[in-house]
Amino acid sequence: MSVFNQSRSRVIRIIFLVAFIFIIAQLFYLQIIDGKHRQLAAMDNAVFAKVDYPERGIIFDRKGRAILNNTIIYDLMVTPSEIKGIDTLDFCNLIGIDIEEFKQKVLDARYKNGPVRPSVFKGLLTQDIQARFEENSWKYPGFNLVERPLRTYPFNAAAHILGYIREADAKDIERSGNFYRQGDFIGKTGLESYYEDVLMGQRGVQYMIKDNKNRLVGNYENGDFDTASIAGRGLKTFIDVDLQQMAEKLMTNKVGGLVAIDPKTGGILAMVSGPNYDPNDLTRPNGSKNYSKLVLDVTGPMLNRAIGGRYEPGSTFKPLGALVALDEGVITPSYGFPCGGRYTLCGHGKPACTHAGGGHAANVRLSIANSCNAYYAHVYRLAVDNPKYKNVKEGFLKWSEYMHAFGLGVRLGVDLPNENKGNIPDTADYNRENNNRWTSCTNLTLGIGQDKMLTTPLQMANAMCVIANKGYYYTPHFVDKIDGETEDDSTLMNQFRTRHNVLTHISDTAFNAVIEGMNDVVKFGTARVAQIPGIDVCAKTGTAENYTILDGRRIKLPNNSMFVCFAPKENPKIAIAVFVQNAGYGGTWAGPISRLMIEKYLNDTLMKKSEADLERISKTNLMPAYFKRLQYKEDSIRAFKWFNTTKDSVYIKKYFRALNTPVKSIPNNIPFPKNYKIETLAILPIEKYFRKPATQLLS
Amino acid sequence: MREQNPAISKGIDWSLIWIYLLLVAIGLTAIFAATYQEGDPIIQSFISFKTDYSKQFYFFVIGAVLAFFILLTDSKFFSATANLWYAVGILMLLLVFPFHSRIKGTESIIKMGACNFQPAEFCKIFVSLALAKYLSRPETDFSKLRSQMIATAIALFPAVLTILQSETGLALVYLSFFIVMYREGLPSVILLIGFAVAALIVATIIIEPNTLAIILTAIAALIIYIFRRQIKRNRTILIRIVFFWFVCVGIQRFAVPYVFENVLQKHQIERIYDLFGKSNPYIEKDPALTKAEAKKQKESGSSYNVRQSKIAIGSGRVFGKGVLKATQTRYDFVPEQRTDFIFCTVGEGFGFVGSFILLGLYLLLLFRIVTVAERQRSTFSRCYAYGVAGVLFFHIAINIGMTVGLAPVIGIPLPFISYGGTSLLTFTIMLFILIRLDADRQMVLR
Repeated sequence: MSVFNQSRSRVIRIIFLVAFIFIIAQLFYLQIIDGKHRQLAAMDNAVFAKVDYPERGIIFDRKGRAILNNTIIYDLMVTPSEIKGIDTLDFCNLIGIDIEEFKQKVLDARYKNGPVRPSVFKGLLTQDIQARFEENSWKYPGFNLVERPLRTYPFNAAAHILGYIREADAKDIERSGNFYRQGDFIGKTGLESYYEDVLMGQRGVQYMIKDNKNRLVGNYENGDFDTASIAGRGLKTFIDVDLQQMAEKLMTNKVGGLVAIDPKTGGILAMVSGPNYDPNDLTRPNGSKNYSKLVLDVTGPMLNRAIGGRYEPGSTFKPLGALVALDEGVITPSYGFPCGGRYTLCGHGKPACTHAGGGHAANVRLSIANSCNAYYAHVYRLAVDNPKYKNVKEGFLKWSEYMHAFGLGVRLGVDLPNENKGNIPDTADYNRENNNRWTSCTNLTLGIGQDKMLTTPLQMANAMCVIANKGYYYTPHFVDKIDGETEDDSTLMNQFRTRHNVLTHISDTAFNAVIEGMNDVVKFGTARVAQIPGIDVCAKTGTAENYTILDGRRIKLPNNSMFVCFAPKENPKIAIAVFVQNAGYGGTWAGPISRLMIEKYLNDTLMKKSEADLERISKTNLMPAYFKRLQYKEDSIRAFKWFNTTKDSVYIKKYFRALNTPVKSIPNNIPFPKNYKIETLAILPIEKYFRKPATQLLS
Repeated sequence: MREQNPAISKGIDWSLIWIYLLLVAIGLTAIFAATYQEGDPIIQSFISFKTDYSKQFYFFVIGAVLAFFILLTDSKFFSATANLWYAVGILMLLLVFPFHSRIKGTESIIKMGACNFQPAEFCKIFVSLALAKYLSRPETDFSKLRSQMIATAIALFPAVLTILQSETGLALVYLSFFIVMYREGLPSVILLIGFAVAALIVATIIIEPNTLAIILTAIAALIIYIFRRQIKRNRTILIRIVFFWFVCVGIQRFAVPYVFENVLQKHQIERIYDLFGKSNPYIEKDPALTKAEAKKQKESGSSYNVRQSKIAIGSGRVFGKGVLKATQTRYDFVPEQRTDFIFCTVGEGFGFVGSFILLGLYLLLLFRIVTVAERQRSTFSRCYAYGVAGVLFFHIAINIGMTVGLAPVIGIPLPFISYGGTSLLTFTIMLFILIRLDADRQMVLR
């Protein structure tokens, strides 16, 4: 009997107790001290926040027609583990893929989301595939259709204005502070982007419980924490979709920009950038293919030239020059200038003038009607050399202030992203270039809208509004009203509802002189093409020389055709600026386009003659030929780079074929000239191998 | 009941039975919470024998019948047949080698019809009986080394057989019989040495080898410095200190790495290292494996169990999420959670309070068994009681310890709670033999 060992029962109890205390201490740490952290981890494991995406807001035109709407398209989903006993070949024929692709896609789905969760097998089914699948869906377990909302543009119009949505990229996600997630759609350009917050609505969240294989098995806490989504709100715009469609038709196969604004409200009625694209191309089943095609197009169909194109305004600037000089008091409406065909006061006889003598610049009105270059070069000089100011630099500063007041050289703040501010040069630019010593002669061509002056079509249209309104403008904008406007919306919209009385201090006599001059341009001058019976149109044409550099050579391109106008003269209702690149005189193309716009907007119908013009203009291709050459270069550079990095000759073959070189003999390293630059690289088949000489391509 | 059936209930310790019933009820609730599928009719499922909780319920019924028969049995029967049972147990363990079924990762199960039968589980009862029998022999003088060796052999022989069936976890349970031997007079030094070696092994795993060698040397030097006076008088102290230092460093530098490299299997080493949050240094890292892949591999291994288990328990916080709201356990994030990781269900569903109550119940059971043991007149009963206490303690401490990340993951069930017929029946039989022996505590059994 080991009774003497009885005390050991106490030791044993202590051992038990100590072990339990350790465990309880660890439990205390896990559950109480560190519990919060583990609770979150458990939530993370088991609760899935299923985002409920609301319908995006609809955009309406001024007559309440939906120009950007929502529709439903179907994605074909696959749950790999449920595919059983289906006729693969049959299925592939139905969907239009081959068996290899089928296997690959199922494998991809398995890899991406696992075998028990559905993944997209084929996104955005075309309607006939969807119909065929729906009829036969019972034959294919594991496959089902899932609705997906899609943006649609019922009028196939206003691509640049409305913009598009795409999946948010890393930058968008970061900028939004992780509000957007991978796979969310976000407005990328146009109104879709600018009014993203309004259009997107409010996302709802449904908390779902998922199991260890990520299958959703039910609602978390009976959905007590769920929130419902709120549909995006609609936008009512000033756009007149008929006018917009006609404008787009007019601008087909042309490079340039067109803007039409209602001067009384600043509401933009139509805006076109050429070349254009069909916005529905980006949402259709092969949308991403079309997207990359558009992005790689050197003519820049994705670029909105109406707000992003920078053009010398040329003669269209002259009415503004006159107003500045009149307001500064350096001239009066009756001021005349003896122009003999060129401007001689700076010694070099430039600029030249299309008219010579005959008193074609005997007063402001006549000078505008006859578009006298010498007159406006001189008027510019008078304005900056105004004795009121100490020197030319101060005079120039004052002149730039006027320019900014007209909205040139500054961003107007239109409700679209990526507006360009054009360029009004700075005194610093001239100081630097001229060693600090310069006079009004240095940059006298500013007076005729040249030198370093660059404007966007939007800015010129807005400048027309200022003249039409005799001194004030509203920031040009598209959106008139937001559905169910909130306070936040009002602060957003107030910037468009504020009248900017920038130049109301200019006297009515000054305005009248200029307006009459612009009216004369239509009656007797270069814009006779814009005459419309019953409507008094005020306009100014412009023609600007331009050059481009291609293959290291400076090439003169056809002139840019420009036209600015507003109508009717009394009580203006529309102001337009049209810029057509490389099209010739302002009156030739831009003028008729503007006339058709005014006619359509004010009369709602077109004259017989105008109908014919519409057809003629829309069928005329004014795309500069050098784009073809540029495209060839860009594409061949890309093919070359692709080949050099991947040794995959799939793209480069074409260029060898163009040389009549057998495709099989593509060398591992393509010989190219020594000291090549990336531009010369493009002439990938070495220059002498070109079937067509570059000059021929240009014609 | 006591009045109606005085023959059986006489001397029975009802507190043990109540604790037993409570634990089984908690177990059934936990298994129900872990495996109940939304929408199943509860009563029907309980009767159907198709769900795990239903099966466990029937095992409990079988256990209750067995318990009843055990209470009817003469307590002398157990002491008389102890050695026979031990022989049967060993025979069964040996039979496993030719007849074991092919079930995932174990060679310890015999399949008999629809039932899986794991002799290694049952053997715990037989070893408790046989050890008690040996220690209670009048001719056994446990203060002698020979007796101690024989007792150790009785306890550890089934363990060796169990290890050969790749059930290291179950084998380790037999170490708990040292508690019986300790109570019966095994020198305390052995216990101390056991703890010291365990501490040294842990230190070997946590601390970098050279650092640990330096630390050990420093400790030795410190001890020599403290005892410098005694050493001057008696040189043997110095020799002893140096000898111990030598053994320690030997264990740390050679013995532990040898065991890790040649005895233990890869997953076992991993589990041990996972426990201390370290990666296994004994496998050659595949240089082709990227960091991400290595991480993924690690996450899918045994540390995944423990991590999910800790998340489950921790997320229960103070009061728990409620029986069917425990997302971790209900949606299978913790593997094996109705068997070895059943404690997660308790931790997540009932929080710290629930876990504390369960642990309290277990401690109460253990203390009660110790009390019961100490009131026995017969050594056989006392030894058997300590055997039961030791086995239960080991199971509870290691099982809960592994779910909270204090012990390595070895697959042993939580007594009375884990799902599994063999386990529930084994512990039921063990406990009721004890209750039966205790009923005759005034009798001296031979």
